[in-house]
Amino acid sequence: MKLAQRNYYGKALEFLGKTREDIVVLDADLASSTKTLDFLKAAPDRFIEVGIAEQNMIGIASGLAASGKTVFASTFAVFATGRCWEQIRLAVAYPKLNVKIVSTHCGISVGADGTSHQALEDMAIMRALPNMTVISPADAYETYDATLAIAEREGPFYMRMGRSDVPTVMPEDTGFTIGKANVLVDGSDVSLIGTGQMVHACLEAAEALRKDGISAEVINMSTIKPLDTAALGKSVGRTGCVVTAEEHSIIGGLGSAVAEYISEEGFVPMTRVGTRDTFGESGTPNELFRKYGLTAGDVASAARKTIAKKR
Amino acid sequence: MVKTTEEIARMANVLRLHVVEMTTEAGSGHPGGSLSAADLMAVLYFRVMKHDPKRPKWADRDRFILSKGHAAPILYSALAEAGYMPVEELKTLRKMGSRLQGHPVKDKIPGIEMSTGSLGQGLSMACGIALAGKMDGKDYRTFCLLGDGELQSGQNWEAAMFASHYCLRRLTVFVDRNRLQISGCTDNVMNIEPLADKWRAFGWNVMEADGHNIDAIIDACDKADKADRPSCVILDTVKGKGVSFMEDKVEFHGKSCDCEQNECAVREIMEAIEK
Repeated sequence: MKLAQRNYYGKALEFLGKTREDIVVLDADLASSTKTLDFLKAAPDRFIEVGIAEQNMIGIASGLAASGKTVFASTFAVFATGRCWEQIRLAVAYPKLNVKIVSTHCGISVGADGTSHQALEDMAIMRALPNMTVISPADAYETYDATLAIAEREGPFYMRMGRSDVPTVMPEDTGFTIGKANVLVDGSDVSLIGTGQMVHACLEAAEALRKDGISAEVINMSTIKPLDTAALGKSVGRTGCVVTAEEHSIIGGLGSAVAEYISEEGFVPMTRVGTRDTFGESGTPNELFRKYGLTAGDVASAARKTIAKKR
Repeated sequence: MVKTTEEIARMANVLRLHVVEMTTEAGSGHPGGSLSAADLMAVLYFRVMKHDPKRPKWADRDRFILSKGHAAPILYSALAEAGYMPVEELKTLRKMGSRLQGHPVKDKIPGIEMSTGSLGQGLSMACGIALAGKMDGKDYRTFCLLGDGELQSGQNWEAAMFASHYCLRRLTVFVDRNRLQISGCTDNVMNIEPLADKWRAFGWNVMEADGHNIDAIIDACDKADKADRPSCVILDTVKGKGVSFMEDKVEFHGKSCDCEQNECAVREIMEAIEK
């Protein structure tokens, strides 16, 4: 089954609007796309339209949070992080304010809108900020649970999701534990660590590898920072090699976070699947995933290549 | 608690004395734009603002946000004189381990509402605080001090639009119009005039006042208190005000006095205080 993560973000906000008086939601003229419109319907007095002014939106969020509100600020990923990074740094991350920056339309699955709207760097720049937790849920159900989880936890968060419908990989109503990876398939030859909708590509790749007699472990790493190094270390200790998969540049995101840990802990072969120091372009999500190497086949071939490097 | 005009004017000079001495001790800092704001800060903290150093998180307190965060020495001086921290601590400005960071840090010292220092952001934060007050049906006022050079940053105008759109009438902004920024005169670096017309065009209640006239500042604050819209008070000020050799001198934007200059400056301010 395929469901849009943003629809479930909207549903979760609607629930929060009805149950939590302290929640305020901000949007920068994209409420119908980010689905924060669902919150507007539930709690019209606590939905604040800021217009096309993302830098101001972060300052407003900061002031509201300093006054006791739990604030969600949403727009497309490229604008939510890139346009106002330094505002996030000073007004949210440094004072550890209770602001949840939740973006939609991340990655090349945005499709036809092209490069200006395709964030492939957002996790990198948010991960670099002290005090910032970075979350990239795998599917719609996990997005719903993660939204409720970050509303419960005080402090700055960045959460990203794509525009399009994505296959569900997590059971409904499992809850979300911030900072905890989920092992979806046990394996012994290679660890496939995915985040966002690439978790599904990892599952497909594991299935293809299984037919060739290769046992791949699949992990949903939905919290990029802080990284669940315990789960990662345990898996890699068993399999001896790693492939990461993300709809994001291989520079600075999940692949980098895993590589930083792996290289400091001791060397094992590793390959990062992601966009390779490039911008995207217009096209359908499927066309773009093929061109930029983000298919299950790309994950499977990365796994074979990485396994071959094991001593 | 309410001070007379003369007492506030004297307090402004006490704050000036702290600014000069603490920046000299630090060997760096921004005395010029701190001195130009001294009279306003004395008015706010010792006359206009409803606040209590014993209850810095009091829900109904008036809030102050120093958007021109480089003027931190004047904020620290006002907080110290108001009782938020010991006056002796001012000497630790900009030193390793001090609560008095080069630019203000939220809650580092009770009474610092927001972290600032990156210009152009304070008004947005102030709007968020004022909006929260409006949503919660509170009557507190939110005050924000902007530098004039700072208004070259576009985020201010996003926030100006926002405050007007959401009718944040409990928000009052002051512009420290001292006409100088690091690279020179604001008119030459990037002209911000016609400034009052700009704020008016954004839907604000705009006033212009002599930023070194205590009664004029108080009067503007009282008028802003009754306004049905957000208010902007453009304060005509002199950078380095109160120390003759620093007045209207761009080099004292981001440079402290040497020993000899410090001695002259202290003497001049002390004379003003004792007068």
